[in-house]
Amino acid sequence: MSKVFKSVKDVPKEELLAPGHRLCAGCAAGTAVRQILKASGRDTVVVSPTSCLEVSTSYFPQSAWRVPWVHIAFENGAAVASGISNALKTLQRKGKSDEKADVIVIGGDGGTFDIGLQSLSGAMERGDDILYICYDNEAYMNTGIQRSSATPFGAATTTSPPGKRSIGQRTEKKDLVGIAIAHGIPYAATACPSYPFDLMNKVRKGLDVDGPALIHMLTPCPTGWRTDTSDSIELGKLAVLTGLWPLYEAVNGEVRLTVQVPRREPVTKYLKAQGRFRHLDEEALKKIQERADRNAKRFGMGPLREQQ
Amino acid sequence: MVRRVGISGNYAVAYAVKMADVDMIAAYPITPQTTIVEKLSEFVANGELDASYMNVESEHSAISACVGASLTGARVFTATSSQGLALMHEILFMASGLRTHIVMANVNRALSAPLNIWNDHSDAMAQRDAGWIQLWVRSAQEAFDTTIEAFKIAEETRLPVMVNMDGFIVSHMYEPVELPEEEEVRKFIPSKPLENRVSTKTAYATGVVGPPEYYYEMKYQAIDAIEKSRLKIKEIDREFNSRFGKSYGEIEAYGMDGADAALIVMGSIFGSAKEVADSLREKGKKVGVISLRVFRPFPIQELRKAVEGIKAVGVVDRATAPGGVGNPLYNEIATALYDMPERPAIQGFVAGLGGRDIRQDDFRLMYSATENAAREGAGRCIYVGLRE
Repeated sequence: MSKVFKSVKDVPKEELLAPGHRLCAGCAAGTAVRQILKASGRDTVVVSPTSCLEVSTSYFPQSAWRVPWVHIAFENGAAVASGISNALKTLQRKGKSDEKADVIVIGGDGGTFDIGLQSLSGAMERGDDILYICYDNEAYMNTGIQRSSATPFGAATTTSPPGKRSIGQRTEKKDLVGIAIAHGIPYAATACPSYPFDLMNKVRKGLDVDGPALIHMLTPCPTGWRTDTSDSIELGKLAVLTGLWPLYEAVNGEVRLTVQVPRREPVTKYLKAQGRFRHLDEEALKKIQERADRNAKRFGMGPLREQQ
Repeated sequence: MVRRVGISGNYAVAYAVKMADVDMIAAYPITPQTTIVEKLSEFVANGELDASYMNVESEHSAISACVGASLTGARVFTATSSQGLALMHEILFMASGLRTHIVMANVNRALSAPLNIWNDHSDAMAQRDAGWIQLWVRSAQEAFDTTIEAFKIAEETRLPVMVNMDGFIVSHMYEPVELPEEEEVRKFIPSKPLENRVSTKTAYATGVVGPPEYYYEMKYQAIDAIEKSRLKIKEIDREFNSRFGKSYGEIEAYGMDGADAALIVMGSIFGSAKEVADSLREKGKKVGVISLRVFRPFPIQELRKAVEGIKAVGVVDRATAPGGVGNPLYNEIATALYDMPERPAIQGFVAGLGGRDIRQDDFRLMYSATENAAREGAGRCIYVGLRE
């Protein structure tokens, strides 16, 4: 049974991501990493594929990491982590070392959904004992807000701009957790730092299973979403409360909602707060509401709150 | 006690890796490398080698997993060829820049297109600036011995080492190979991990952003390391000799006493080149041949010494650099000899691309053109055996 975080009293005070890193004001990824490391503790190796988080926390001669941390390239986070995890276990088995550590990958949506999907699939298929966490800010924010295959329908990015012949992003986000479940891994979940206990409990579960685990985490990005820097946590909550970001987990493929939404908010409440959706017409908004409705049906959430 | 067995070049590498008590292997199948990792997975499966064997989904992940694993201090190995090495390209620079001690066998094969599984050197030459030590072998015995040496070189220089072996010609040729006792090998390369760079006790950050104020110095450390590896490579070869009675040096010169003209080659064609040199010498031709065993770091001093007094050298490239001044090996040698007070004429050849046989007649042509260069100066690169 994994340790359960129920209140702030259960959460260690120790900060393993030092302040003073270079992430943007209001970046939810930084908040999420603090939560992740509070759940994992010190005996953790973090692998970061190239991303905002990576470049903002490791600018030599400074480093914000108080746990061992490795960056090699963009598309190989899972492969590097597998190599570390397998080597540590082998050295221990052979009596060559007594050092143990959990290995966590924290990669962005580009490094996970797009360029890193192959190596992630390899690690999940092999059953390597790593926890892969994708912090999804829904575009290539580090290079200047280009669309990825995690960018949601309708969002304006610098490579999916709306125009006379374009609504913005044409496609819907890939189902990353679905892909993970299809690999038969023991644990997969969605999360959001706006729900810290839910996130931390999922990190603990992901680390405690034997074999690969995946957490797909929504992390609002004021710079790319064109939102107020003080709104990130609120936006994460709205994503959940609208049904656009259901918080669920899949233990050995068995899917269960972890945060119930008894009364859903309309998606417009979430979308209208963001500059990247400002151009959307009624038809597009309706399409997005329908996606939330489908999620609600799939996961058994409550009905839409009656609009005033 | 030394055991004499009949094995292929690929199996010789696999036996060396097993005797080195490697901790982690990550590999992806590609011809003609595959029988190395097949043999290794067999050793792991039946308990002869206690290692983690990672069946990765690409060579890119193979080398990435090796970089990760080597940070723990573990002894790691991978093997590849051709397209596989090309797919690793990006990470090869990180393996050297992060000073990992990976040993990789690269079974040389042509690069596509057109698709070709046969032997030439275009794969390794395309990676010559990746900061790896590159060793080249010519027989199964040398493949075994060099792989053992490679682990020691990698661990003592903190640089990755690529052991190159001609595809099929060496990799699949069964030859008698002398295998030492595993115990003796372990005395030479003790199976003890290096420092754990991902230890939770030290919490280092590895692979950081190197801004303009620091990148240059960090890069220079890796450059300096490969320069300094020259002495280590020599020292380790000497030590290998004292334990196992075999030594290979950085280059090997054959029939160079009183020679006027010499071919410079890499890999398995050294054998044919020697044979033809012998027959030409019987006819009074003053020809010899030099084989490079170490390509990175390039053995400048050894080469200069070997060609002293020679009137012309013929450089046999088994790879091309289209649109360039010369082909890869030619360029290295021309640069290495450029400021010799009396440098030989340097004639370039391309031969044996994509597994095309280099026949005795081809060697005779190359010796004769090199002798001609001694008299009249070198001409343009000759594409040996190319049909009109």
